[in-house]
Amino acid sequence: MKLSDIQSKVNSTFFKEHQKKLYQSLEDKHTSIEELDEGDPLTTKMILNMGPQHPATHGVLRLVLQLDGETIEKNKLDIGYLHRGVEKIAENKTYQEFMPYTDRMDYLSPYSNNVALCTAVEKIASVEVPERAHYIRMIGCELARISSHLLWLGTMVMDAGAISFFIWTFKEREKIYDIMDRIGGHRFTISHSRIGGVANDLTDEATAYIKEFINTFPNELRDYHKLLDRNRIFFDRNEATGVLKTEDALKIGATGPVLRACGYALDIRKLSPYARYNEVDFNIPTRLEGDNLARYYVRMEEMGESIKIIKQCLEKLPKGPVRTDNAKQSYPSKDEVYYSMEGMIHDFMMTDTGICPPEGAESYHAVESPKGELGYYIQSDGTGHPWRLKINAPSFTNLQVLENVLDGEMVADTVVIIGGLDPVLGEADK
Amino acid sequence: MSLQLSDPLQNTVDGLTENFSDKVIEVYQSTGDTFIRVEADAIVEIATYLRDKQHYVYLSDIFGIDRYTSEERFEVVYNLLSLKTGARVFVKVRCEEEDPVVDSVTSVWPAAGWNEREVYDMFGVFFNNHPDLRRIFLPEDFQYFPLRKEFPLLGIPGSIELPSTTPDNDQ
Repeated sequence: MKLSDIQSKVNSTFFKEHQKKLYQSLEDKHTSIEELDEGDPLTTKMILNMGPQHPATHGVLRLVLQLDGETIEKNKLDIGYLHRGVEKIAENKTYQEFMPYTDRMDYLSPYSNNVALCTAVEKIASVEVPERAHYIRMIGCELARISSHLLWLGTMVMDAGAISFFIWTFKEREKIYDIMDRIGGHRFTISHSRIGGVANDLTDEATAYIKEFINTFPNELRDYHKLLDRNRIFFDRNEATGVLKTEDALKIGATGPVLRACGYALDIRKLSPYARYNEVDFNIPTRLEGDNLARYYVRMEEMGESIKIIKQCLEKLPKGPVRTDNAKQSYPSKDEVYYSMEGMIHDFMMTDTGICPPEGAESYHAVESPKGELGYYIQSDGTGHPWRLKINAPSFTNLQVLENVLDGEMVADTVVIIGGLDPVLGEADK
Repeated sequence: MSLQLSDPLQNTVDGLTENFSDKVIEVYQSTGDTFIRVEADAIVEIATYLRDKQHYVYLSDIFGIDRYTSEERFEVVYNLLSLKTGARVFVKVRCEEEDPVVDSVTSVWPAAGWNEREVYDMFGVFFNNHPDLRRIFLPEDFQYFPLRKEFPLLGIPGSIELPSTTPDNDQ
């Protein structure tokens, strides 16, 4: 199949240069392999465009696949359909103003994103965070992890053919939404974390909801295991698909559960503990196989570990303030703002100029988001706006893995492999 | 300012200054992170050395920085993680505004592929010997590099082709 006839058949009316280069790049991939396109009388070879508007690609991911029958010979990914330029926006916002944008990055676990930005700013501006806020953040992050993994589980099983399972995982996600509503007042985009702490303390109602959730959720988890662990169809679809070897995973830079399913226990919570992860006891689940089934086990066990962490956090939850009491570093409490002149001035100053890290300071801080290492690099020019803010997004990193894993797989397994890698395009596209 | 390096980072810095004494420009720390700036023409050698001799097997990220109005305007930063010691180090190279070119490290870390494409997309820094240097987020038809400081926040009207809103219009 020659490039010229792909071009004429596609007859793209839009972004012509882009389409041309994409197909050219597909054509050029693995050019060392000898081409056999002279004799193909049955035309088993075809170019298949999958997405960007495809329900199984988890967002606006576009795959261009060259098929030989049902096997993928080579593939190229085209991302950027959800590119909003958040890094550019960040350069024109104060740090606190930018935080709600991070909710829209990985929209399946907004809490981790908020915490990632706040911890990075706290590192560069040397802000002390009260103990209690650390624990509340950990509870929020782990709930976000469970919520994200539940969506992954539901969609992945749905990709493998079971519809009703999706509804069951969403029943549990709904409970997490309710908890988030009671923690921060929002169900989806929470924006509960603040630079220097969190917005408000946990109410008794929220604590009661969390306690109830961590008591009932292990049973649900057991039921999921019961349904899937010995399920022939689920096994056949996932076993030995999308296999990634440990060395390859490290070379391509896989992160999060994808890397851990290949047998390398890299977890930022253990590698360089942030918040108070060094004071709670948890394990990093790993598997050796590196296939989709291994990713399933790793994420399922991670949910169990998250429950363990939340339990310990609730036990250890110290008393005290939830936000640092330094008007130069964080917003004053609403009581102060409404009833004192100084409080109001400080609130205004924080909104207007915000927190100013020292000029020329640079820092990188990473957290373990549900998808993997989520890092924020910030370079300051001494004003309230970052000079450069770079987001190291785990979904972006893992999508590169997808491009390397798909070659040689069956076309029917594509959706299962995408489901197993669990990319979120809001984050990958920035 | 004196450096306060942990042992593995001290090893890395010592190893680099011994083997590449004329290529390492400066080593500095900022809020606990270690940055090593090296000559751009030696980046592949240094990358290979770091990977093979210092266990920096895992490339976490590559990103660009626009040092607008400074000499050697663009900076490319390599965020490396040593899997043996858990140390994180940032290697920086700089390049000129006119014809910004850096050698690609995809031969050392295949993970660099997409990250370098992102730097190219956002800053217009070219990477020599990159296997597939195309824009990653924006379409090829786009003429500008949006994370450069002179690019306006609101974008440039007409710079990107938009679909026609009338159904009859074939063009």
